[in-house]
Amino acid sequence: MSQAILSLKNINKSFGPIDVLHDINLEVRAGEVLCLLGDNGAGKSTVIRLLSGVHKPTSGVMAMDGKPVSFANPREAADHGIATVHQFGGTFPLMSVGRSFFVGREPTKWVGPFKVYDRKLANDTAVKAVQSFGITRIDDGDRLVGGLSGGERQALAIARAVHFGARVLILDEPTAALGVKQASHVLRIVNEAKRRGLAVIFITHQVMHAMAVGDHFAVLIRGAIAADFRKGEKTRDQITDLMAGGEQMAELEAEIESYMAAGEGHPEPAKHAH
Amino acid sequence: MQSSFSPGAMLRRPEAGAFLGLLAVMIFFGIFGGLTFLQPAGMASWMNVASNLGVIAIPVGLLMIAGELDISVGAMVPFGAMTVAVISGHYGLPIWFGIAAALSFGVLIGLINGYMVIRTAVPSLIVTLGTLFAVQGVVLGLTVLITKSTSVALTTEGAAKTIFGDLFFHGQVQVMVLWWLAITATYIFFVHFSRFGNWIFAMGGDKVSARNAGIPTERMTILLFVLSSTSAAFVGMCQAILYNSAQVAGGQSFIFNAIISVVVGGVLLTGGFGSIVGIFFGTITFAIVNQGIYYTDFDRNWSSLIIGILLLVAVLMNNTFRKMALSYSPKKTGAK
Repeated sequence: MSQAILSLKNINKSFGPIDVLHDINLEVRAGEVLCLLGDNGAGKSTVIRLLSGVHKPTSGVMAMDGKPVSFANPREAADHGIATVHQFGGTFPLMSVGRSFFVGREPTKWVGPFKVYDRKLANDTAVKAVQSFGITRIDDGDRLVGGLSGGERQALAIARAVHFGARVLILDEPTAALGVKQASHVLRIVNEAKRRGLAVIFITHQVMHAMAVGDHFAVLIRGAIAADFRKGEKTRDQITDLMAGGEQMAELEAEIESYMAAGEGHPEPAKHAH
Repeated sequence: MQSSFSPGAMLRRPEAGAFLGLLAVMIFFGIFGGLTFLQPAGMASWMNVASNLGVIAIPVGLLMIAGELDISVGAMVPFGAMTVAVISGHYGLPIWFGIAAALSFGVLIGLINGYMVIRTAVPSLIVTLGTLFAVQGVVLGLTVLITKSTSVALTTEGAAKTIFGDLFFHGQVQVMVLWWLAITATYIFFVHFSRFGNWIFAMGGDKVSARNAGIPTERMTILLFVLSSTSAAFVGMCQAILYNSAQVAGGQSFIFNAIISVVVGGVLLTGGFGSIVGIFFGTITFAIVNQGIYYTDFDRNWSSLIIGILLLVAVLMNNTFRKMALSYSPKKTGAK
């Protein structure tokens, strides 16, 4: 097995007196998708912020290619090849596809004595990069990002990260706001990124989406890793139970059921088509 | 601009509303006042108004594109005027010394505004409202303390007068018009053709993503505040040199007039969208309404009504055009 690109060893993080993460151990390899599962407030966002350089761990070691690293700011993390794509793509709705693709790294050319933004190169590069991920509907770099669908925006953001040499791709709830069809597009793009040898950290609370692409799973509960397993080792129901806090959730469900059966609750709600 | 030249492509540009607004206003005043405002004397009157306003409106518009607001420009105009008048008029020091001091104070207040906005995360409307009043107080207090008056005379001769405060074209057009055209051209280059413009739009679109993309958002924010307050001080200074005097009051009208020009010009109030050409058209539109009323039979009190309606229509129109730009895709795809 190859060496991990990025690893966390005994990472703790506290904000003042509040401990947010305890003894986190994680690693992710090239061409592998690590799914980080957890309910709201479990500490997923804090893990992302540590990895992307927004926060520094209180204790523990973060390493890339086996060498300890410390990021002073998001830019340093990005320079190490760690790219984070947020739920809504983190892109600029009123900018063109070409311009938002190259934000902060605009290509320029000399026109006489002036150094000008190279719109054509930017548009062509952006469109080609997105299309290589199978999103062929984006074919005009002048279109505004806000006019793209949620899945297309994710594709644009992921293509951007890959284009600029990302080795570790952190996807923060990329499918949470998407419909079924759009989500499947994004999952296909995740697989494509994996095929190209990127290490992907996929954060989600949708177990089905995680199981569709994941090689390695970690469940986070109240700031600690409650379970760490590989593909095929657990069923969907087991994972759901784990995420919701295991036995506590089962007990609660039983209690509600008996309450409802006793007729003390409200009448059963009408069944909605889901 | 490029091969995409078509009526549809025109309407999707940020300046579309401003351009149509300008046409509408021209037709309106053409009908009610004849074409006086397009004859030399008429043109001079609105171009003078537009130039002074335009030099301030563009940096105010850039701040708005970047998601910030600067209303302290209303105090910076009299501050710039009074600084040069007190130093070079009251104390009689060389005019260049007064000019340098006026512009330095512009830079200083811009640095204070920008620094407070990035450090405190207080909305820039509130921060600059604070500096607006603080600077007004300083101007009034110091002027009365030093000169025992609220109006200070200043006589300027030679190169400084020619460059900053002269009239040309039969004594009708202020030299500020040339400044305005040159400054607008410079801004168009930097905002639409260099990479820095992209940074400003990105900051207004999503500041966190912009910073993560490596854009020095804090330095850019400070720079934009310095630009707006220095531009306002520059306009005040030039007015003092032109009119040979400076008053402590006045300048507040620039706050709303600049914002109206910028919004009519198609800049989105919440940031991330707009253009320099749009602000340029917006400024001209405002100036024509402001001055054109004199060439009609209407009482000039009605001009505010026209400006108010113009603003509302322009905002609604700009919203429509922006939606068109967002939903635009080159081919009918059939998918939702």
